[in-house]
Amino acid sequence: MFKAKYITLMFAVVVLAMGAMMSAAQAEGTQKGSASNAKWKDECGACHFAFPPRFLPAESWRTIMAGLNKHFGSNAGLDAATASEITAFLEKNASTKKHEVLAKPLLRITETPWFKSEHREVAARDWKNPKVKSPANCGACHTKADSGDFNEDNVKIPR
Amino acid sequence: MLRIYFVFSLMFALAVLTANPAFAETPVEVLAAIKAEAAGTPGFQGFSAERGEKFFKTKQKHKLSCSSCHTDNPAAQGKHSETDKVIKPLAPAANEERFTDMKKVAKWFKRNCNDVLDRECTAQEKGDVLSYLLTVKK
Repeated sequence: MFKAKYITLMFAVVVLAMGAMMSAAQAEGTQKGSASNAKWKDECGACHFAFPPRFLPAESWRTIMAGLNKHFGSNAGLDAATASEITAFLEKNASTKKHEVLAKPLLRITETPWFKSEHREVAARDWKNPKVKSPANCGACHTKADSGDFNEDNVKIPR
Repeated sequence: MLRIYFVFSLMFALAVLTANPAFAETPVEVLAAIKAEAAGTPGFQGFSAERGEKFFKTKQKHKLSCSSCHTDNPAAQGKHSETDKVIKPLAPAANEERFTDMKKVAKWFKRNCNDVLDRECTAQEKGDVLSYLLTVKK
């Protein structure tokens, strides 16, 4: 009797632990360079490409997340629990590049020095191409952007 | 012993339920909830799919309408008017996930109405639009 009880308990513990591990893995992708989080993908990715956290420093993300009710012209406010989970994810995986300490943190990825430098060879007419439409539309040229892959080899500028 | 089994199965059921937050509501239930909200407004005379369609397709302030992003055919894939981000079909006939979670419905009506109208939608407007969307065939 005692043994059966013990086995049942062990089984319960193992099943629950497995469940917890699975959801933790789901919540936070661990692949280097392409960190993922289900809520980030869902909420940020609902209106625009879910920009990888490594594209901005933590200070920028904190400012963006604190001002979601005035998010580049839209009220993108989230409930407190969702907002704090996404903020934590962004901060944890933010860019650690040395960036100039500015009076105000940069909020637009396109205004960061690395973005400008990486895209210096992109012609003005390509930015204006309706198939590209906006520099926020990463996937227009970065064919594998959805999986966090921005490798130059996978860039295909639509013509 | 029996109690342990009971507790265990309860925990298991809970784990399964929270892991799959599949369809908490049906679109018809969501419509009923909006109706309950609208019924409190004086002069409420029910919803109209026709009025909903007109609302959906009429450009408001900022020259935006629902169809700016969801297109004139809610059964088709839409596209965010600023970012080009793909938006899955809105009509329940074409996308079974739509209008199955009251919280999500409230969130997106609030957000999108604010973008299009600079205010929240009334229960009448929401009910009209959902009535219209329920008439859209795949």
